[in-house]
Amino acid sequence: MMTKQASRLTFFLLVAPAILWLGLLIVLPHVEILVLSFSERVAPRVYAFGFGNYLEFFTEPLYWRTFARTAFMSILVTALTLVLAFPIALYIARVAQGRVKAMLLLLCLLPFWVSELVRTLGWMMLLRETGVISYVLRAVGLADQPVELLYNDGAVILGLVYGGLLFMIVPLANALESLDQSVVEAGFDLGGSRWTVLRRIVIPHAMPGIVAGSIIVFMLTVGNFATPVLLGGKNGLWFTEQIYAQFITRFNWPQGAAFGMLLLLLSSAIVWLGLRLTGQSLGTTLKQA
Amino acid sequence: MNRPTIAWKLYIAAFYVFLFAPLLIVAIFAFNASPFPSPPWRGFTLEWFFGTGAVFGKPGVLADPIWLDSIGNSFKVAVPVAVLAVLLGTVNAWVLERAEFRGKTFLAMMMLWPLVIPGVVLGISILAFFSRLANGLEEWLQTDLDFLRPGLTLVILGQLSFILTISTLIIAARLRKFDRSLEEAAFDLGASRTRVLRTVTLPFLSPALIGAGLVALLMSFENFNTTLMLVGSDAPLPITMYGQMREGATPAINAVSLLLMLGVGGIASVFALTSKAER
Repeated sequence: MMTKQASRLTFFLLVAPAILWLGLLIVLPHVEILVLSFSERVAPRVYAFGFGNYLEFFTEPLYWRTFARTAFMSILVTALTLVLAFPIALYIARVAQGRVKAMLLLLCLLPFWVSELVRTLGWMMLLRETGVISYVLRAVGLADQPVELLYNDGAVILGLVYGGLLFMIVPLANALESLDQSVVEAGFDLGGSRWTVLRRIVIPHAMPGIVAGSIIVFMLTVGNFATPVLLGGKNGLWFTEQIYAQFITRFNWPQGAAFGMLLLLLSSAIVWLGLRLTGQSLGTTLKQA
Repeated sequence: MNRPTIAWKLYIAAFYVFLFAPLLIVAIFAFNASPFPSPPWRGFTLEWFFGTGAVFGKPGVLADPIWLDSIGNSFKVAVPVAVLAVLLGTVNAWVLERAEFRGKTFLAMMMLWPLVIPGVVLGISILAFFSRLANGLEEWLQTDLDFLRPGLTLVILGQLSFILTISTLIIAARLRKFDRSLEEAAFDLGASRTRVLRTVTLPFLSPALIGAGLVALLMSFENFNTTLMLVGSDAPLPITMYGQMREGATPAINAVSLLLMLGVGGIASVFALTSKAER
């Protein structure tokens, strides 16, 4: 009897950190912002239950437009990243051999171990009016005035795609790795063109990797803050910036909490939809990455 | 498919240039003898690392209290985060791999959850919850509980909320490969529970423990989104960099970035070596 009780005690001691972590840092904080998002200020320092914060979101065009823009741009960035990353992943997984392969993959990983802020600084130095590209263009005579390439949607998309590439290449390369070479050869032997083999054999096989990579890139893009703010400037208009503004600048926490819930909803909805459409589970998807 | 076309090869080459261009530019301009981090090239200098401000009016990284303080703050956050991530991650991995109980699948699912929450939302939810906690407790205890207000303690908790998932996954993956008959053999030979843990289980886990610690250290050092929401008056490095980038910085920011790249490269190679030993 004693030993049974002792082992139960050990078990509870071992589970305690997980319960404390998930309870105090994840579940209760989310309950808190959910409750906060439904509270309205009725008088100074007096709050009551209400849907006002969500109504405000739908009635103020700046808010829902920024939200829609963030969602749309994130989908665009995810698609672009997929298209750009696919040939690289295919090359790493199926063409490169031995040491070249290991090196190509390592070279891909390196820039992403460096802080997002450093990478963004690099793009700012390349793109801005006084930056390297503008300078080179003038030096070779292609432009007679400084060229401003920063603070537009193109710069934001460029920065976000750059930030997402690795998270697309690794799951794609993992998925493509397991494709049996004889299946590909059979496709060619049966008279399939490069394009047919790619479309009918390679891409279907890579589907788990495509889903995993796309979900991760979408989540990272939607939740990004520094890249759209720094590369987009005033034209960045990212939804995370609205959350920051409400919480930190305007100190309107209930409104910010409602925005937070909406962002969480958007991100979860797309992840769920992606998994549902392709019949994958979250666990295996995260393992792919 | 095994005979790549010229166009494909060119694309691969262009891709790697694209990948490294921003980092190279940052690194090169750390040595430019100019008060601005932009062309033209005005000659080589180490002023932005060691300078006291005599030449360009602004000091280099290693003489500027702003940069030194934020590097210090980053360590004050990253070291506790890494230590806690390894300790608690090991316990979590144990629960996932060794214990049998009702609701285990649910707990395992919950542990993955932090990865799908945007960092900004993690930040504001922890900020709001701990503020409410602080308000309640301060009223009750009649003392100030500053560590529950925005500051480095809250940053540590905020980063831990998702880094714990990563460290748990890394350590659990290693624990799954462990052959339990080794432990049983040790027990049969008369070893005590703590001795088995110390001489059999932990040595087997050690590559994963080191790996998880290094990954936690890197992730903490780099984290921006969650940190931004929880930071008080002491700013860790990414927050200071963000502020300087908005206001327009001196090439000292390039020097800091280069130091960061070298540090990260060093940690990454240690990590690559330990993970190779694991296989």
